Amino acid sequence: MQPGLYHILFLSAALFFIGVYGFLTRRNLITMLMSIELILNSVNLNFIAFNKYLWPNQMDGLFFTLFIIAIAAAEAAVAIAIIINLYRSHNSIDVENAEDLKY
Amino acid sequence: MPNVTAIALIPLLPLAGFLLLGLFGRKYLKNSSGIIGTVLLLASTILALYTAYEYFFVYGKVAGVYEKFVPLQLTWLQFSPGVSIDMGLIIDPISVMMLVVVTFISLMVHIYSLGYLKGEERFPTYYSFLGLFTFSMLGLVLASNIFQIYIFWELVGVSSFLLIGYYYDKPSAVAACKKAFIVTRFADLGFLIGILILSFSGGTLDFSTLIERLTSPETNEFKAAAASTFLGASALTWGAALVFVGGAGKSAMFPLHIWLPDAMEGPTPVSALIHAATMVVAGVFLVARLFPIFSVAVPGVLEIIGWVGAISAIVAAIIACTQTDIKRVLAYSTMSQIGYMMFALGVSKYGGESGLGYTASMFHLFTHAMFKALLFLGAGAVIHYVHSNDMKDMGGLRKLLPITHITFLIACLAIAGVPPFAGFFSKEEILLAAYNNNMAIYWIALITSGITAFYMFRLYFNIFWSKELPSYTKATKGKEGGFVMMLPLVLLAIGAAAAGFIPFGEFVSSDGTVLHSHFDLTFSAAPVILGLAGIFTALWLYKKQNDKPAKLATSLGGIYKMAYNKFYIDEIYLFITKNVLFNLIGRPAAWFDKNIVDGLMNLIGNITQSISEGIKKVQSGKVQQYAIYFLGGVIVLAVLFIYIWK
Repeated sequence: MQPGLYHILFLSAALFFIGVYGFLTRRNLITMLMSIELILNSVNLNFIAFNKYLWPNQMDGLFFTLFIIAIAAAEAAVAIAIIINLYRSHNSIDVENAEDLKY
Repeated sequence: MPNVTAIALIPLLPLAGFLLLGLFGRKYLKNSSGIIGTVLLLASTILALYTAYEYFFVYGKVAGVYEKFVPLQLTWLQFSPGVSIDMGLIIDPISVMMLVVVTFISLMVHIYSLGYLKGEERFPTYYSFLGLFTFSMLGLVLASNIFQIYIFWELVGVSSFLLIGYYYDKPSAVAACKKAFIVTRFADLGFLIGILILSFSGGTLDFSTLIERLTSPETNEFKAAAASTFLGASALTWGAALVFVGGAGKSAMFPLHIWLPDAMEGPTPVSALIHAATMVVAGVFLVARLFPIFSVAVPGVLEIIGWVGAISAIVAAIIACTQTDIKRVLAYSTMSQIGYMMFALGVSKYGGESGLGYTASMFHLFTHAMFKALLFLGAGAVIHYVHSNDMKDMGGLRKLLPITHITFLIACLAIAGVPPFAGFFSKEEILLAAYNNNMAIYWIALITSGITAFYMFRLYFNIFWSKELPSYTKATKGKEGGFVMMLPLVLLAIGAAAAGFIPFGEFVSSDGTVLHSHFDLTFSAAPVILGLAGIFTALWLYKKQNDKPAKLATSLGGIYKMAYNKFYIDEIYLFITKNVLFNLIGRPAAWFDKNIVDGLMNLIGNITQSISEGIKKVQSGKVQQYAIYFLGGVIVLAVLFIYIWK
């Protein structure tokens, strides 16, 4: 059986909410970062699926996905740099220990 | 033509002195501050004399009439085309005359203070304040519009306040400076309202235009101002009367005079400069500046001015007879002499021979500045020597202070109106003007001149004769003040003796034309005889220490007591303010302020605070909470976009 558009949309929605669930429940910043990657990849899947099933002779969705991957890589680098600095000052990467950053 | 740079420098040099000494005096110029202030003022005086010479003898007279020049006119605040506040210089006979008086007396006081305040801790501050005062006073006389005069009017008020309160560790001086400021400020409120009414009805702030528009009944401005009435008087009358209230406050006219005797708490040279020769005549100057309006447009107000002046003259003279503080005697005498100047304006008319009162008033202002500054500086020399203000501590000083004695005597003769000293000439002209126009005022003035001679010589005999050898002579082997203190006395004594011979009417008159003064021997007889009678009464009572004055005081009883207590005017003021104003207006206003105004503000503050307390909890610092808010927001937006705003 060939997978249809709805299968892929269902997959990406599941991926998105798994990411959201992970982001909201995990306390470890690295895990939260991984959850964000899941969310971003669900978006990528959406772009690719719509491109392939609705406008197969265009490439717009593909390019968008490439951009998002690039930006996600940059964002991961920045986030990890922040996490390393946080670890240096707080000796922990637990998000609850970072609450005092609001002051 | 007027030399603008020279004229502008006259007030600007003292201002430079004020800034220099005020900013750097205490740190860097501790010892040279007096010299710097004096030299700057000397330059200013020379420029003023040069300006006066140029004006009166070179360019001022055009076709036999002294013209009004406005050599400098700058737009300062432009509100809309045609409405602006300007800054300018005006050059006319009275402003030039005042330039000479102010700079000369101020120079004398600067020199004198070098000796009088030697070794004072706040010497540079004192000289910077003197510079500020001189600047403001010169600005006042040179002001070309009515708003500018108001600015400088307040500036002289401030510098007077600062200088009265110079000995700020003395509670009485602090109280006196506050009293002077509050009383004159109260009067200035009237002045401000008067300015607003006059400039609104005249449509301009400029003196020349204002006078032009409000003195000829044909102009629209005059018609409108005369037509609009309030409480039975026209707007013009109200405006002029309120302007006079301001002048009366500054010139210590009855009943706004209460601040002047207390102002004697300041250093004596300051009293000589501000509270005798210059600032207190600002009110007279103001009336003289607007004289055509008073005289032509509102003669009723001018009549009031005459009566206020006459009453002040006699009331102050009577009080002066009973005071024992020598500076207070001089203060009341100042008030009395300014009363003379005021009623001389009050009985004058505009133009020609009938403008004699105007000339006489300005002439008396000029001579009074000389002899009253001399009296104060002489009293300062006595106080410097005796270290007391009270005449009970003095007596027999004529041998110890010879120069002070002679100069003081000259000043007393001048103020008593004995020929040929300066006061005689000016007082004669005032009396003549009063005689021609208002007999009642003439009689008051005549009696006052007798009383004046009496109290001045009471002062003179009490200081310099009375006791034979005072007890303190051997204990304090002091010398008469040094050269810097004696030089001004001698110069002013020359002025007080000779200023009367200036043919004043040829230079200053109400409309700029030449006014020849002529003396009538039969007319002069009455005041001179009364003056001499006053002098001889004082001689009989006070030449030697005896019990005659005390007996006289007891026989006069109530009258003496009333005069000694200054007719209880201070007490009346206290009663009105404490019992009436504070209770009826002050307390309700305070209640309203505390409960309604403050309450409203507190309510607004409390509401804001509680709202912010509520919102504050949203910012928790928990990243995941923020993510939930964000997610919730996105979901709400998604619902909105998908189902509601499709």
